[in-house]
Amino acid sequence: MTDILNAIIVFANFVLVPGAAYGAQLALGALGITLVYGVLRFSNFAHGDTMAFGAMVTVLVTWWMQGHGVSLGVLPTALLALPFGVAATALFVLATDRVVYRFYRRQRSAPVIFVIVSVGVMFIMNGVVRFIIGPDDQDFADGARFIVSARDFRDMTGLDEGLAIKSTALLTIVVALVVMAALFWFLQKTRMGKAMRAYADNEDLALLSGVNPDRVVMVAWILVAALATVAGVLYGLDKTFKPFTYFQLLLPMFAAAIVGGIGNPVGAILGGFVIAYSEVAVTYAYKRFLGHLLPESLAPESLVQLLGTEYKFAVSFIILVVVLLIRPTGILRGKTI
Amino acid sequence: MKKTLIAAAAASLALAGAASAQEVKIGVILGFTGPLESITPDMAAGAELAMKEVSEAGGILGGTIVTPVRGDSTCIDAAAATAAAERLITSEGVAAIMGADCSGVTTAILQNVAMANGVVMISPSATSPALSTIEDNGLFFRTAPSDARQGVIVTEILRGKGVNEIAISYTNNDYGKGLADSIETNFKAAGGKVTLNAPHEDGKADYSAEIGALASAGGEVLVVAGYLDQGGKGIIQAALDSGAFDTFYLPDGMVGDSLPAAIGADLNGSYGALPGTDSEGAALFAQMAEKAGFKVGAFSPESYDAAALLMLAMEKAGSTNSADFAKEVMGIANAPGEQILPGQLKKAIDIIRAGGEVDYVGASAVELIEPGESAGNYREIAIQDGAITTVGFR
Repeated sequence: MTDILNAIIVFANFVLVPGAAYGAQLALGALGITLVYGVLRFSNFAHGDTMAFGAMVTVLVTWWMQGHGVSLGVLPTALLALPFGVAATALFVLATDRVVYRFYRRQRSAPVIFVIVSVGVMFIMNGVVRFIIGPDDQDFADGARFIVSARDFRDMTGLDEGLAIKSTALLTIVVALVVMAALFWFLQKTRMGKAMRAYADNEDLALLSGVNPDRVVMVAWILVAALATVAGVLYGLDKTFKPFTYFQLLLPMFAAAIVGGIGNPVGAILGGFVIAYSEVAVTYAYKRFLGHLLPESLAPESLVQLLGTEYKFAVSFIILVVVLLIRPTGILRGKTI
Repeated sequence: MKKTLIAAAAASLALAGAASAQEVKIGVILGFTGPLESITPDMAAGAELAMKEVSEAGGILGGTIVTPVRGDSTCIDAAAATAAAERLITSEGVAAIMGADCSGVTTAILQNVAMANGVVMISPSATSPALSTIEDNGLFFRTAPSDARQGVIVTEILRGKGVNEIAISYTNNDYGKGLADSIETNFKAAGGKVTLNAPHEDGKADYSAEIGALASAGGEVLVVAGYLDQGGKGIIQAALDSGAFDTFYLPDGMVGDSLPAAIGADLNGSYGALPGTDSEGAALFAQMAEKAGFKVGAFSPESYDAAALLMLAMEKAGSTNSADFAKEVMGIANAPGEQILPGQLKKAIDIIRAGGEVDYVGASAVELIEPGESAGNYREIAIQDGAITTVGFR
């Protein structure tokens, strides 16, 4: 019995809990991508760096608050700074829309042009972030680090294996759920949300019904900025803030959005967790897990690892290719790319 | 009027010609951008300090000023490093290269540029064991020890503490792989068991997957052959967070004040070693660095020594031609002769000019062994109460 418990704990400690937090972070990022794709009709390559920008502003405000002795006790101060990050990012993306994207929207440019334009925006944002905060790791997490640390868990339960739950992991999941609930309420229940869905569904019909396109676009960008900032800050809190890592998140986030069905918010969330758990589960070494379950004579000598951890990013790529080949609309029937 | 102009132009040309005849350039090729950019400025400052010292004391070869020319090795991009070295040799006309820093780009520059042009290179920090056996036409030296030596030191320290099982996580490049393989070979030869020897990529935010595999393999101590500002720190943090390992061995790339500051009390009890001596030269160099306005970072003493060896070898050979002075480097670095410490380069030049012998000791107590690399002195450290404490020297 204890063997089975030990096996479950080891699996939870290295796969279930980290996967859940990572999945929530990817889901928030994928929601932003899917929103841009649905409303503005292009794949926004600058989304990763929008996350970096939002997180950067939040980090700076957090430092300022910490300098003035503001703290939330066990919760990270960054939560207080988050609204400032969202506001600054919203202004930044609205300014980008005004000086860059609006021009191409009026030209009615093809989506591929928008994609290339967003790559340009990505490089500029990337540069701005590095110019302001530098390319290095920045530490801005405070508050309690663990809800349960591995050592405490072992002492408490008397098991061989420990289960560590970081407070940032739980925080990530809670905040992600709150943000997702608020987003769905907005899209389903409010007038603006309905207008946005109508605009995403059929632009001409929405315009004929009196939907103001400029307002829809503006609100969409504000939502995207909020989602990106929240995702970026949660990722930075849970892992570490480093500008370049947000660019690397672009592939798993796009994979999540496409796997779930791009343009479909529920799909983005589903896709986020599918990608996160695939990455973690495929590269996890099951030696210790099986060692607890199997009798000693059968215990594996090798690591029982499907794929080396250095190929972690390849997992999202493989899933992306397979989904595009077999079911291009994604699991929940989004739009075809 | 016209005549005076021409005369002035001719005079200035002559002056410029005279100045360049009295100048020799040495390339300083280091990773000014890339994963070592945090320690590179102090390395370059170390090398340039030596050149400044010599030039201000009247230069080598009876009045030839030594000028540094910087090039960016990027540490990781072999093509960019090769182009930088190519530029320094063909358009700047450097007589020798102080560099490069990382093992991968050093190999690329040596094979593609230095050997093709017959230019001597002395690297202050390339430690890959592969560079010991590489074909170099006698042009390559290093003031850093090979990681083959570090593997022995790591094994001695771990076995001395009674550790039987280790897991190794290395940064996925020539340095990390070379060091990890050297540790694995030595540790196994000493009767220990290596449960897993796996790479990690630098610059990622999340290392929980890597730690999952290492934890599954198990082991008493995790050896982290990485960079302290990069993946190495992430690996340690993730291992502590998930309770996978409590004790870490820290090789040379992992020792720095920023690590205990970032990790906190959980790092107490971990230990390691890095190249270093308690010699008189090290203390002298620290004073000189402070006066010059930089700090003695990792490999900045080795950089000073690399530049000093180049200049003293030129003086000894009476030539700035690589083919002539390459043969003199080993003799300058080793006994017999008068011992030379940092700040005494003028004295060394005077002795050589007078026909005497010198034994360059320098800031890092250089002793070159065949095939032209430092024998290696290591400073053993332990993390106690959140600070790096020197335990002894090996």
